[in-house]
Amino acid sequence: MSGKRTAWAGILLRRAVQIVALGLLVGTVCFFMARSLPGDMATRIAAGRYGYDLVSNAAADAVRIELGLDRPLWLALLQWWGEIARLDLGTSLVTGNSVWSEVVHQLGATIDLAVASLAVAVVVGLPLGTWSGLHAGGCIDRLTLALAVVLRAVPPFLLAVLLMVLVAVRLGALPVAGDHHVGSVLLPALTLGLGLAAGLARVTRAAMREAAASPSFEFARTKGLSDRQALVRHGLRQAAAPVVAYLGVHAVFLVEGAVVVETLFAWPGIGHALVHAVFGRDVPMIQGAALCMGLLFVVFNLLVDAGCLALDPRRRRGEAA
Amino acid sequence: MTRPFVLTRRRALQLGAVGPAVAASTALQAQPARAPLQIVGPWEIGGLAPANSGYVFTRMQITETLMEAGDDGTPLPGLAERWRVSADGLVWHFTLRSAARFHDGTPVTAAAVVRCLQAARVAPALLSLAPIRSLEADGSGVVVVRLASPHGGLPALLAHSSTMVLAPSSYGSGGEVKAVLGSGPYRVVSLAPPQQVEAAVFEGYDGARPAVERVRYLTVGRSETRALMAEGGQADLAYGLDPASLVRLRKRGRVRVDTVTLPRTAILKVNAGLPALKDRRVRQALSLCIDRAGIAKALLRDPELSATQLFPPTLKAWHDPTLPPLIHDPGSAARLLAEAGWRRAADGLRDASGRPLQLSLRTFPDRPELPVIASALQEQWRQAGIAVQVNVGNSGDIPLGHRDGSLQLGLAARNYCTVPDPTGTLMQDFTAAGGDWGAMGWRSDALVQALSELSRGTSSAERAAALRARVTAVLQAELPVIPVTWYRQQVAVSGRVTGVSLDPLERSYRLSAMRWSA
Repeated sequence: MSGKRTAWAGILLRRAVQIVALGLLVGTVCFFMARSLPGDMATRIAAGRYGYDLVSNAAADAVRIELGLDRPLWLALLQWWGEIARLDLGTSLVTGNSVWSEVVHQLGATIDLAVASLAVAVVVGLPLGTWSGLHAGGCIDRLTLALAVVLRAVPPFLLAVLLMVLVAVRLGALPVAGDHHVGSVLLPALTLGLGLAAGLARVTRAAMREAAASPSFEFARTKGLSDRQALVRHGLRQAAAPVVAYLGVHAVFLVEGAVVVETLFAWPGIGHALVHAVFGRDVPMIQGAALCMGLLFVVFNLLVDAGCLALDPRRRRGEAA
Repeated sequence: MTRPFVLTRRRALQLGAVGPAVAASTALQAQPARAPLQIVGPWEIGGLAPANSGYVFTRMQITETLMEAGDDGTPLPGLAERWRVSADGLVWHFTLRSAARFHDGTPVTAAAVVRCLQAARVAPALLSLAPIRSLEADGSGVVVVRLASPHGGLPALLAHSSTMVLAPSSYGSGGEVKAVLGSGPYRVVSLAPPQQVEAAVFEGYDGARPAVERVRYLTVGRSETRALMAEGGQADLAYGLDPASLVRLRKRGRVRVDTVTLPRTAILKVNAGLPALKDRRVRQALSLCIDRAGIAKALLRDPELSATQLFPPTLKAWHDPTLPPLIHDPGSAARLLAEAGWRRAADGLRDASGRPLQLSLRTFPDRPELPVIASALQEQWRQAGIAVQVNVGNSGDIPLGHRDGSLQLGLAARNYCTVPDPTGTLMQDFTAAGGDWGAMGWRSDALVQALSELSRGTSSAERAAALRARVTAVLQAELPVIPVTWYRQQVAVSGRVTGVSLDPLERSYRLSAMRWSA
């Protein structure tokens, strides 16, 4: 029991340090990147606020004075660090709203999408991978391999448009975009989840094959368990650890994919907000959105650590896996 | 005889696999026949401040402005049912509709209007361009605007969305807008910036009750997605369609495509202060090299958008059909360049005394067609011996280049009806010192005088027409900016609605005139 507590304390401490380091790093990098983009920042912000029809040098000057954009770079950075220390992400330069309030709203939508995409990946990838691992070389194994290659090769943009045309427009089964219908999340989730499912199926297949060929699995059958019992009680548990680790590593795929998919499907998530903020040179929004996406990644990894800890007793005892 | 339903393992698996899609699909189809009228467009809701996103709420008829405008920009009553101006043009009285109510049930008062207009006067908002000395409430129903000098464009400025009138309860303690409580026929039901706003009929509206009960606006950034939403029956009105999607929609025929020419023109801003471009013949040659019809047909897929003059036909008061049109004539261009001293060198480029005719052109991708048009121009000028380097940056590069003098050519899409009367925009663009989006290194006293007189407000319609004709003639002859193409708003309209008409000034979706199809 104390071993389990120690393991958990180690994980939480590691991730907490990661969160602080990541926050400072991501925010600072975004700060410098946004400031080093070509073009005048005040003009760009004025365009974001008033639309480019009303952008003028006078409007840009007004924005520059209002936001103190002429301040030295280091002063602006220090101010942001100070705000971050007070857990304040600042105010959007374009809308004037607090970044927290905007990000919280959008983060919820992104989490919905990420969870739905993971569900798609798990529902599609796990059964196919398990079956392929247990029946290597069979029809389904070969078909899964071909599908995985295609799905990993097709860029999300193309897959999204194909799904929109086939499922939403031709079949009329799901909405094309937006978030106000019950099934709105399915197409963006399929776009993100199918690519992940392809990789997951291959990893699961390999893990399953390894588990099925392992001495413990052989021993389970030798002691009298049926194939099904051996699979459920020993095989799946043994194969689960690499699969969970894979999902954790590829959670970043969901986060980065959200930027494209949310824009295409008009999904009101943080990826879409980030794109909008970059175009509008809204530095606090860029920093806030990037920070939250980074935190999301850390949280995913925390969940993976927890999953691995639960699955692998050696980790709880502090042994090498 | 029917077979009893047995839930086998295989059937359960099948249900599990297709269940979510079927459930979602059923839910989609089970939407009531009168689901909200769905509008999709590219415009984001960038906050609640009128200067930022007022146009979203005025277009949805959630908020109103003191003045409205007809298709040709003629001032019409809005929240002010009538108005009058003193003989010296310095004092304007706007009388409010007595029965007008805000969405919180409170009456629309002159004091509330004055508060909004005061906020709208803060630079760089458009109302700050008017020489306003004071804004006062005369009782509860009359707004008095006192000017320092006559300004005939005041009604047009008061029709701009940044002057929309909000209830006092819309404002927070710090003066910021925390809710949008207008006085239009629709009231906000839900608002989720930057993407969505849903509105329902406001029962307390003092005018005709709209036939469509609920409307929803959704920001969709990608034009392909908007077109697919229209095609898939998810959007009733899809604004801002790209040429490729238009071709597809027209071919499939599932939805109707309505169009209206906008008072927007793709222009080349020319730095006429440069030695090469100071010569009017060179500017004319640049214009003659442009195959506008080719650009309109091949890139915009609409040959009628070839600009024959600065103002499109939709601006009836300013479009002059008697003007000699801008044409494509490479032969004349070559002759003019030669006359100006620019002759072809061995490398095919033109030069004068060893100075090659090399220019740089700035544009931006906010309007996706601009970089493509810039590439077409580059090639057309190359054939005439003019080397042009195209730089695609952001929209601010052009005003900045104007300020620091580094701009040579700038390609932009200029809206001449930001407010219904183009005079104000032209005053900004063609002052003696030039304008961020207009003239650079060029001035015309005749043009400035004509615009100044128009801005003050003229005594007769005939005089105003003569002044407008003078302005268009000078711009056509001198080419301080070179028109390339006009613009058309293309909207996919579903069969669910009737009574759709498009506003060429893009001020309103005209929802209250729409009805559901029988």
